[in-house]
Amino acid sequence: MSHAPSPSRYDCVVIGAGHNGLVCAALLARAGRSVLVLEAGTQVGGAAITREFCPGFKVSAGAHLLHLMPAELLRTLKLESHGLQWAAQRLPTTALISGAPALKLSDGAAADGLTSADAAALGAYQDRMQRFAAAIAPIFSRTPPRLGTDAWSDRLSLLRMGWQIRKLGRRDMRELLRIGGMNVHDLLEENFESAALKGALGFDAILGANFGPRSPGTVLTLLYRLAAESAAGSSGLSQPKGGMGALCDALAKAAGAAGAVIRTQSAVAGILVDSDRACGVLLESGERIGARQVISNADPKTTFLKLLGTAHLDAGFVRRVNHIRCRGLAAKIHLALNRPPPFTAVSEAALRGRLLSAPSLEHLEHAYNHSKYGEFSASPAMEITVPSINDATLAPAGRHVLSAIVQYAPYALKQGWGRGRQAFLDTSLDVLEALAPGLRGCIAAAEVLTPADLETQFRSSGGHWHHGDLAFDQILMVRPVPGAAQYRTPVEGLFLCGAGCHPGGGVMGIAGRNAAQQVLSEATTS
Amino acid sequence: MTASSNSHFTQPLLKTPFHERARALSQVDSFIPWAGYTTVDVFTTVEQEYFAIRNATTLYDLTPMVKYRVAGRDAQSYLNRLVTRDIGKLKPGRVAYCVWCNDAGHLIDDGTVFRLGESEYRICTAQRQLDWLLDSSIGFEVEVSEITEQVAALALQGPTSCAVLRDAGLTGVDRLKVFEIGRFTLDSRAVTVSRTGFTGDLGYELWMEPQDAEAVWDALMAAGGPRGIRPIGSRALNVARIEAGFLSPNVDFVSADHTIRIGTDRSPLELGLGWIVDFNKGHFTGRRALLEEKRCGAKRRLVGLDIEGNKPAHNALLYRDITGKREIGSVSSAVWSPTCKRNVALAMVEAPYFEIGSYIWAEIYLSRELVWERRMSRAQVVERPFFAPERRRATPPGQF
Repeated sequence: MSHAPSPSRYDCVVIGAGHNGLVCAALLARAGRSVLVLEAGTQVGGAAITREFCPGFKVSAGAHLLHLMPAELLRTLKLESHGLQWAAQRLPTTALISGAPALKLSDGAAADGLTSADAAALGAYQDRMQRFAAAIAPIFSRTPPRLGTDAWSDRLSLLRMGWQIRKLGRRDMRELLRIGGMNVHDLLEENFESAALKGALGFDAILGANFGPRSPGTVLTLLYRLAAESAAGSSGLSQPKGGMGALCDALAKAAGAAGAVIRTQSAVAGILVDSDRACGVLLESGERIGARQVISNADPKTTFLKLLGTAHLDAGFVRRVNHIRCRGLAAKIHLALNRPPPFTAVSEAALRGRLLSAPSLEHLEHAYNHSKYGEFSASPAMEITVPSINDATLAPAGRHVLSAIVQYAPYALKQGWGRGRQAFLDTSLDVLEALAPGLRGCIAAAEVLTPADLETQFRSSGGHWHHGDLAFDQILMVRPVPGAAQYRTPVEGLFLCGAGCHPGGGVMGIAGRNAAQQVLSEATTS
Repeated sequence: MTASSNSHFTQPLLKTPFHERARALSQVDSFIPWAGYTTVDVFTTVEQEYFAIRNATTLYDLTPMVKYRVAGRDAQSYLNRLVTRDIGKLKPGRVAYCVWCNDAGHLIDDGTVFRLGESEYRICTAQRQLDWLLDSSIGFEVEVSEITEQVAALALQGPTSCAVLRDAGLTGVDRLKVFEIGRFTLDSRAVTVSRTGFTGDLGYELWMEPQDAEAVWDALMAAGGPRGIRPIGSRALNVARIEAGFLSPNVDFVSADHTIRIGTDRSPLELGLGWIVDFNKGHFTGRRALLEEKRCGAKRRLVGLDIEGNKPAHNALLYRDITGKREIGSVSSAVWSPTCKRNVALAMVEAPYFEIGSYIWAEIYLSRELVWERRMSRAQVVERPFFAPERRRATPPGQF
């Protein structure tokens, strides 16, 4: 039974108005709960926000493309009626190679500039990977099973996962099991000749990850990304009009329309516990707000070690949380440009989409080597977009915004980001200048967001946009750690709903939705 | 690098500060390794040493006990989260027997917690576990460090032990209550004395700087001469500790940190230590699992057994009846108790057979000059300890 919200007590308090927190809040409010969302920042969206980084120029501060949020979730929340518009959909991906023609990677147009052997292999490879992705995809929408229990629901869930793989048929299943633990370098070497093609295909395996293409488990991270896209059933890479922040504004409106209250500039200092059950939150202002259930959109380390406090947890659990690997390696670079970026050998259609700078697997591996020793890459890899081409609201007329995800930029830079920031920007601009000669001359302003900045600005431990590496030992029923992998935590009444949970980061919203289901099921069982 | 530092591996066991004294008094050259030290198993004979524990005074080198210093603003809340007992009730100058568990509520170890100051504690335990203690400190403002080598320790146990300490010059030692800590000087050397021990008898444990160790030993041996003082090894102590019903790690339980097989971990409730599990003090590691175990009821329990005959039931399997068809547990420690004149054992017994007063059967194997016999002996589940003399608690202790 829900009751009317009062200023100091709610059914559910959601800590953090990231996209997952907003999805969770909207679904809980729609189910009749009184919901309060508390956001520390001045605007909703967490890392999925749009903001002005120099006068007149706006950019998505974190993720800059939407491709993982399930179409069905967008429909359920009626986001389009809450103001979500698309600047562009089904955007192409193009690999840029300095001094050579660009390589189109999108479906159907992949054969340009490839040998016939590579072109043939690419079609078969993409089909096969899509089948694997489709087999894995159903696990995204479900709460992972618990291990080591006797409960039939857990066993059934495990069996169902196995059955999805078995259904692929003997040949495909064997192939999936063969490649599942491999590194993406070896997989691509098996299939292709072109260094540029391998680099571009391998890039998706290491984007946002603490891996190089030769790191074990990188085929899994690639399949995981493909499976997430498959699960989204979406229309490919999309760009919300007004940037990623517009998506979260629509989510906030959907939550508000369902009755949820959202308060910004209300940083939570701690989670209140009474008789071993979460019972509310304490704000940094000293205000206390009571709740039957507390749902944290913050990352697991922040939630457990800072907000809840280790005194409420078992030491072994704390040990596991403390060992979550969540040191970010991806930086953002934002450029305000006085004219369109002078990329050579790129069609106008390609420039609207996603551009990759990943010339070869060896290049990526070398870039990764630096990060292992606390240095940034001498020649970083990049995912580049020029969102202002599709969306005139982002920059003054005739001017443009370039947004790039740059790897590798280790969270704990040996020389410190205070000293390293400018050098890192210069190095990154060298890479861009080689692809777009004269770019430097167009720059009106530049912003660098290192993982350390992302940690400070978005309050995520390590500045990792997945709230923890997606790797064999940090996915599914062990994400974020055993004992908290079903959105529930050891403390009753406390839930997780962020990217640190299954199925992880990227602007997906599934963690928020799955968490809402768990919150509602606790309410019915207790 | 000197030759000696290069060849440390040829004699890897450390020597305690009492080693030279022990070496000189050892008649049978029986030394065993204990926690990285070489220590005496038997000085003369087990019987002679055992009867000194119960009738006179004994000296036992306790230095290899692993000691951790815990200090800092959050020391008390840290310990309260670590152990199952309410450390909030432990006053400065007092000692508490405690156990600590993993998340599953399974025993990692037992030991004694000394409150040496307002926010300074010492943990004494049998096994090294700094990693667990440090991981447990995440989120607490507390310093945890191992100080085993910095503290020499002696157990002085037996009915005349108080008198020996008094004669050695420790004025006021007779006012120490059980589990109380006092600070004394012995020939101008600082000695911390706690009225604690592993014998279930009147006795004390003495803690000192390693460089004072030999002088303290000599002073006690001199003062104790007229009262029958005798150094003892681990074998004799083991007889006394079984009579006292105390658990021995890796004998009566295996640390949950070391077990490999499923189902071999033990909870404090199973080990009969429910009396030091406080569910009302707030959260501690293992609390949720132990609450669940309590709710479901115990599957097995460590109990005392009084077994027919006089043959110790070492490692005996236990059965519901004499037919030996339904196995219900096993013995972990067994001894013929010379003082009680009873054949006693500590055993893990399944529900519902662990109730006090139950009769069960022990399968005992006997070697008659290498001809083996199997004997089914009736055993009764009885209260522990088997031996608990009034003198162990009396304050001031009797002057025997």
